[in-house]
Amino acid sequence: MELRNRNMRDIYVDLLIHYAKKHPEIVIVEADLMVALGTTKFQKMFPERTINVGVAEANMIGVAAGLANMGKLPFTHTFTPFATRRVFDQITLSVAYSKLNVKMVGSDPGIMATLNGGTHMSLEDVGLMRNVPNMTIYEPVDGVQLAALFPQIIEHDGPVYIRLIRKEFDQIFADDQKFELGKATTVATGTDVSIFATGIMVKEAMDARDILKEQGISASVINIHAVKPIDVEAIVKDALITNAVVTAENHNFINGLGSAVAEVLVENHPVPMERVGIKDHFGEVGQKDFLMEKFGLKAHHIVDAALKAIERKKNK
Amino acid sequence: MNTKLYLEEQAKNIRINTLECIGHLGVGHIGGSMSIVDALAVLYFDQMNIDPKNPKLPNRDRFVLSKGHGGPAVYASLALKGYFPMDLLKTLNQSNTSLPSHTDMNRTIGIDMTTGSLGQGFSAAVGMATAVQMDKSPFYIYTMIGDGESQEGQIWEAAMFSGSQKLDHLIAFTDYNKMQIDGEVEFINDVHPLDKKWEAFNWHVQVIDGHDVIAIRDAILEAKKVQGKPSMIILNTIKGKGASFCEGMASSHNMPVSKEMVKEAIERLG
Repeated sequence: MELRNRNMRDIYVDLLIHYAKKHPEIVIVEADLMVALGTTKFQKMFPERTINVGVAEANMIGVAAGLANMGKLPFTHTFTPFATRRVFDQITLSVAYSKLNVKMVGSDPGIMATLNGGTHMSLEDVGLMRNVPNMTIYEPVDGVQLAALFPQIIEHDGPVYIRLIRKEFDQIFADDQKFELGKATTVATGTDVSIFATGIMVKEAMDARDILKEQGISASVINIHAVKPIDVEAIVKDALITNAVVTAENHNFINGLGSAVAEVLVENHPVPMERVGIKDHFGEVGQKDFLMEKFGLKAHHIVDAALKAIERKKNK
Repeated sequence: MNTKLYLEEQAKNIRINTLECIGHLGVGHIGGSMSIVDALAVLYFDQMNIDPKNPKLPNRDRFVLSKGHGGPAVYASLALKGYFPMDLLKTLNQSNTSLPSHTDMNRTIGIDMTTGSLGQGFSAAVGMATAVQMDKSPFYIYTMIGDGESQEGQIWEAAMFSGSQKLDHLIAFTDYNKMQIDGEVEFINDVHPLDKKWEAFNWHVQVIDGHDVIAIRDAILEAKKVQGKPSMIILNTIKGKGASFCEGMASSHNMPVSKEMVKEAIERLG
């Protein structure tokens, strides 16, 4: 399967079809966004395993819970705000509290909703899902990682929220990179500052690392693909080396990756830390570059945060 | 004993044990528990293909109490059916109990879906009936919703979908006791005409006396014959039916119930 230079949704749907052939229990539950998500390809292969409830997300989650209760493995698909905040009670009770195994995909995370604008930008989805017991939150970085973790998501006996980029993505990982669900991946090592990044921010973190290198600063870049369960060991291990931390996320800087990492550090190894993320604003319409600049998500924002964290370390 | 007398006897036993279950704790959802008892008697003691010795039998019928606060009446039914000892009913809502206010399939043997947030159990039952249709399974998914619960939007999302998908192994009941927490349904947000609403959503609809065990039994038998449509059986009921101290009172939704009140109500049941 080609994992490079394709839209992530196409890779995702091919993976879903691939594993559905081996797992007859896999079904998809849709809410009228099959065309946007590309799951129509799955429907052509498995019409009898495709359920489209129409524009009714609460019922999508309820029906998925009912299917899971009968031994099916449902995957639901919609945009992030409708995948989380619109159906938060349904996810919390019918899925998580009921201990039912439903995989929920929210596409176009954070500012990636671009031209759909503020109404379609869920900048709080990770925060919501992080507070649901037993929830796993997975945000793929590229096609290689998505393909490597897909079978682990299927095998994981519990709900998983997948924050999926729909279109093009930055290639980060080598084809032979190994991944374990819930375990952080070191993208680059460093000694002066640790940059923990999710999703599209991994590329920005790598660019920031190059800029910092020109200034004689050595930054590590670590991808946290699961904000929950957070990889405590990996965070503490790197913070012990650098003693200065930056987090970078395509989400409100409240209650996402930054908060999760802060909780880990405060309890284990408190060090100066800066958070790069959307500073408690609603989203708005625009292209990716415009939005990343406006909301402070570019490499130079990470560089500024890194310099600040290092300065605070020196003044400690 | 003929079927009518047998089912009426079972309904009476469920009522007595529901009263004692809530009375032992001293407070509970008595109104909406007592109004569904006759339907539970017919389901658990006549119509549902279930085996308390094999509670997880794959091809068993399922029952989802979407109005999850009626839990005590289901617990009384399950205990009488032999799923667990009668003594367990006295643990309702006590610390570490397996019998919480609202039904929970991970805590109670014999419960088929976790419910409590209104509207959600019905939607899950529709998902379960979707699996039945997908697998061409022989069994039925039964579910019970409240009339107040019918004000939830998710009920109608799920109703529209199941009518559209012709889920004919889904048999639902509405406990139409005309009361909700804050008063009469009619004056708060009227659901009337319920039968026409369900018909408009492409359901097969029957309206019956929800305290007539034979009418309930006949309605289920008819619903099983229906092909290409899910079935709604609207039960005209009385909130708190059989609890003499609160029959027909909206305040019976969740109220203190003393041992004396239980004793008197049981005596009146005869």
